[in-house]
Amino acid sequence: MKIGVKILPKTEVLDSQGRAVEGTLKNHGKAVNQCRVGKYVQLDIGETDESKALGKAKEIAEFVLYNPLIETYELEVVKK
Amino acid sequence: MAKPVGILRFLGTNCDRDVWQAVEAMGLTPQWLWYEDQFAVKDYQGFIVPGGFSYGDYLRCGALAAKAPVMKSLGEAAAAGYPVLGICNGFQILCETKLLPGALVRNESRRFIDKWVDLNLVNPTRWTSRSQGAVHLRLPIAHGEGRFVMEEAELARLFDNEQVWWTYGDNPNGSMRDVAGVANEMKNVCALMPHPERAMFDWMGSEDGRAIFSALLQ
Repeated sequence: MKIGVKILPKTEVLDSQGRAVEGTLKNHGKAVNQCRVGKYVQLDIGETDESKALGKAKEIAEFVLYNPLIETYELEVVKK
Repeated sequence: MAKPVGILRFLGTNCDRDVWQAVEAMGLTPQWLWYEDQFAVKDYQGFIVPGGFSYGDYLRCGALAAKAPVMKSLGEAAAAGYPVLGICNGFQILCETKLLPGALVRNESRRFIDKWVDLNLVNPTRWTSRSQGAVHLRLPIAHGEGRFVMEEAELARLFDNEQVWWTYGDNPNGSMRDVAGVANEMKNVCALMPHPERAMFDWMGSEDGRAIFSALLQ
């Protein structure tokens, strides 16, 4: 089973990448209220049970994938 | 014979030889510590985590290096009160290991910044030389992700606990409250974004870096 880990900078942390993308969008007449740039990690976990897979992904995310001081994360089950 | 100073090397560390020479310039004996190895802390007098781009800065600066086997021994050394110094990427690694508080994120300007900066001593630490009494240093920085951040209340506590080591005179990267270097509660684990090993002789532009390394001599 594949689990996706979506990682975003916390709202109170200035997101330099998001700000850069925001600026470019604005310059091209495609302004948005806000743009935040994070990262996406896909884990292929050797589990068929969804809750077990999510449990393992949570452990991995909290072990190294995100830094709680500056980021938040969300898990999603990747449908084929 | 005096015990050696351990210099940690990860894949992607690139300031290791400069730190080696800086340690030698102070009359101390450097020794490499490879990231895959663990070591006996009592065989060393102190440890330095040099700058560079460990693991290519993948995932987050310092995040993967923080999980390397050598960091287990370094954690033991830190807990036992040995002096541990992190420089630039070494600072990021020590934060990711949670040996130091806070995090370092992309510079406010979004640019890699390579320039000389003026630093002001806020609180003395194990890595502040008493003999030189240096309260102002001029050192070079070279980083893209050196903006120090943490929660406001936590940062206020860091100042109250006298764990802020250096601040910038003219903040180059947007660090909260101009923080350039911090220490742990015991003050033996310290780190800064500027590179003292690049300022060891007049011909390098400044010899202020000696004020940091000479702390090992006392």
